[in-house]
Amino acid sequence: MNAQEFQTWRTEAAQKLALRLAGREQAPLIDADVIQHTREVLVCLGGSCISCGGAHIADCFRDRISAHGLHANVRMVQVGCIGCCDLGVVVQIMPDEVLYRRVTEADVDRIVTTHLQDGDIVEDLLHQSEVGGHRYQRAADMPFFKHQVKIVLENSGIIDPENIDEYVARQGYDALATALLTKSPNDVLADIKASGLRGRGGGGFPAGLKWAMLADAPGNSKHVICNADEGDPGAFMDRAVLEGDPHRVLEGMMLAGYATGAAHGVIYVRAEYPLAIQRLQLAIDQAHARGLLGDQIFATEFCFDIEIRVGAGAFVCGEETALIASIEGKRGHPVPRPPYPTQSGLYREPSMINNVETFANVPPIVRNGSDWYRQYGTEKSPGTKVFALAGAINNSGLVELPMGTTLRQVVFDIGGGVPNGHAFKAAQTGGPSGGCIPAAHLDVPLEFDTLQELGSIMGSGGLIVLDDSSCMVDVARFFMEFCVEESCGKCPPCRVGTVQMLHMLKKICDGEAAPDQMERLEGLADVVSSASLCGLGITAPNPVLSTMRHFREEYLAHIRDHRCPAGVCPKLLTFTILEDRCTGCSLCARNCPVEVIHKFDDRKQYWIDTEPCIHCGNCFEVCRFEAVHKE
Amino acid sequence: MKKYQQMIESVSRSGATAAASEHSIFEELNVTIDHFDRSPLALIQILHRAQELFGYLRDDVVQYISRELRIPVSKVHGVIGFYGFFSRIPRGKHTITVCTGTACYVRGAVRLLRGIEKQLEIESGDTTTDGRYSLRCARCVGACGIAPVLVIDDDVHGDVASKRVKNLIRQYK
Ligand SMILES: Cc1cc2nc3c(=O)[nH]c(=O)nc-3n(C[C@H](O)[C@H](O)[C@H](O)COP(=O)(O)O)c2cc1C
Ligand code: SF4
Ligand code: SF4
Ligand code: FES
Repeated sequence: MNAQEFQTWRTEAAQKLALRLAGREQAPLIDADVIQHTREVLVCLGGSCISCGGAHIADCFRDRISAHGLHANVRMVQVGCIGCCDLGVVVQIMPDEVLYRRVTEADVDRIVTTHLQDGDIVEDLLHQSEVGGHRYQRAADMPFFKHQVKIVLENSGIIDPENIDEYVARQGYDALATALLTKSPNDVLADIKASGLRGRGGGGFPAGLKWAMLADAPGNSKHVICNADEGDPGAFMDRAVLEGDPHRVLEGMMLAGYATGAAHGVIYVRAEYPLAIQRLQLAIDQAHARGLLGDQIFATEFCFDIEIRVGAGAFVCGEETALIASIEGKRGHPVPRPPYPTQSGLYREPSMINNVETFANVPPIVRNGSDWYRQYGTEKSPGTKVFALAGAINNSGLVELPMGTTLRQVVFDIGGGVPNGHAFKAAQTGGPSGGCIPAAHLDVPLEFDTLQELGSIMGSGGLIVLDDSSCMVDVARFFMEFCVEESCGKCPPCRVGTVQMLHMLKKICDGEAAPDQMERLEGLADVVSSASLCGLGITAPNPVLSTMRHFREEYLAHIRDHRCPAGVCPKLLTFTILEDRCTGCSLCARNCPVEVIHKFDDRKQYWIDTEPCIHCGNCFEVCRFEAVHKE
Repeated sequence: MKKYQQMIESVSRSGATAAASEHSIFEELNVTIDHFDRSPLALIQILHRAQELFGYLRDDVVQYISRELRIPVSKVHGVIGFYGFFSRIPRGKHTITVCTGTACYVRGAVRLLRGIEKQLEIESGDTTTDGRYSLRCARCVGACGIAPVLVIDDDVHGDVASKRVKNLIRQYK
């Protein structure tokens, strides 16, 4: 493909996508008449919507559209994650931009007849605000979307990820064409440096610096590696990008290759993401077919190829040196750095690893310039960050926000607050390497450095909201258990130390801890983080240290008073039956494994013999009248 | 467990058709091995394919791969043991995966897991005696927006309340 052919392709592709974007453009590319009479139905086939039956809904639309004889003017399109993952299956009608949520099979026909045939809106399928019951027609009006700035996710939920034309219609591969035809590798490198882009995989290392290291490395055979291992057990941003807009990642890697002199790219994807693997492979094949990958791209000297490598379920393989070992088919043991991968990486040749989201930022930066990019975010953390919002929150899903947005805005304005009348307790960021931010710090601007000051980290963008029903000691125990399971076992401080820390945390949860347990935990944490080889061990104590720092009282309640204020740690709970609620149904007694629930001799109610009770919580779970009380 | 293994092996040994299909499965594995030019660097990718084809990493399959790639069997087993995704024992007919990632943990995944363990009378990591269900845990399947999440075979089920789970599992016979 040469520049001329690319231009023709772009123009044609843009024309094909014009209808979908007609509502957003000032001067639509197509006639008003066409806009009036043709429609596109975008069905979200992101991870959550697929699990809500999205594929079937898509089939139903196809079927109903032709059954009603509308196929000449109405088209069904599958798109990637729109973001509001708790509202699946999500359907958008273009160019009206009307968003229907929780669409079921029964709703499809109504949408087809009412909206697509008669042009009326199906009111009851519109999203409704939690307070006031206001119905939102367009996604852009919903508070969840209103505050977002989409750079990385600009195409996700709008284009068909399996159709390269739609990516090209959205200025896809423009940056690559411009770079190859009009810029030197150094220009591209300068763009990235000037943009201040920092790695989105957790550490926030300046991408421009890393690229420069690879560019400066001697040798002709260099590698660009995309880290799509997404190991934080509460994060799914990278998945949405890979599944919703795979070409963007390829283009970012190619630009990196051009800037650094690498001709080979590898994407290391976790095995848990089969759809991402499938769509990436398809994207690679399509790019090849169009001559965008391979030899002499755009008739220049630049050659680049990309391969996929599938991980096999080891968290430590997200670490750079372990990842390289895993790509080479070996056990994923980290090795000491230096040498850094840019000196000796894959196949002992200079290599560079960036996260999916880091690469996804590259095409828009090269396309629009670093000044444009820097208008978003903060001085030290420019641009946006995609967060995976989940846990005890009303609106969960994916949100892309300028760096520096406060936690309060995220949780309350965008996330719609905490459900079921519970109170916000903390936000967990950075997964097993991060920490918890308490309510007192709700106004912290979310960027790399501020989070670090609070004892947490930005991490890859998982943001889990915890409410007052979560016990912070138990949360620390949860993450420590994760680290114990995932430690590769190479160095003793991590292998043995995490097990010891877990043991100590369990003792606290069981109310069997010595009075000085917290000091001992702190001492051990220090050893583990200072003597471990890789990031896993170094950061493993973070969740413990941050919860001890912000929730000291809760630890003390467990240790000193043998009490779990949140009512989570089973051994510290006492189960009793509230007589005025007990209907005498006997369900709890039949479910008690140690048979310590008895009927009163003189009345129908039951009572619990608390002494031999093993605190299993069965009675609390099964009672249908909320008559079992735990404290 | 053992009984089930024997059952599988006897089935796979019995009759010419089974032998023929065994042969064609190995042929398919060869396609992948050739695709990677028998490179030891592709071991993990080849193990993935083998597990996909055979359901688990049988000893004779592992030996075959070791021979073809010229990697000592002990090394291959070392790699298999390191990665949680690989299994050396046959899985049940259906694999039930409970997500115990952070979002699911916050929304009650542990309770969900205990409930299923009780229903199937096995612990996480095991297979029921009738070979019908295998139960395992995963750390985040990437659907945190609809936590807690349960995956049965390839179907992801979101917002799984403990009460619904019994019937849900029974649908997979
Ligand atoms: C134990 C461990 C796990 C990691 N997991 C991931 C991961 O899943 N995804 C990721 O992008 N980075 C992960 N990282 C960070 C990477 O090692 C690396 O720093 C990052 O991919 C570099 O890309 P960036 O500069 O674009 O952020 C992990 C690090 C450690 C120590
Ligand atoms: S710190 Fe832990 S995970 Fe990292 S190399 Fe050492 S043992 Fe392995
Ligand atoms: S908590 Fe468990 S052991 Fe205790 S009374 Fe209830 S069912 Fe019985
Ligand atoms: S934590 Fe369960 S899907 Fe992410």
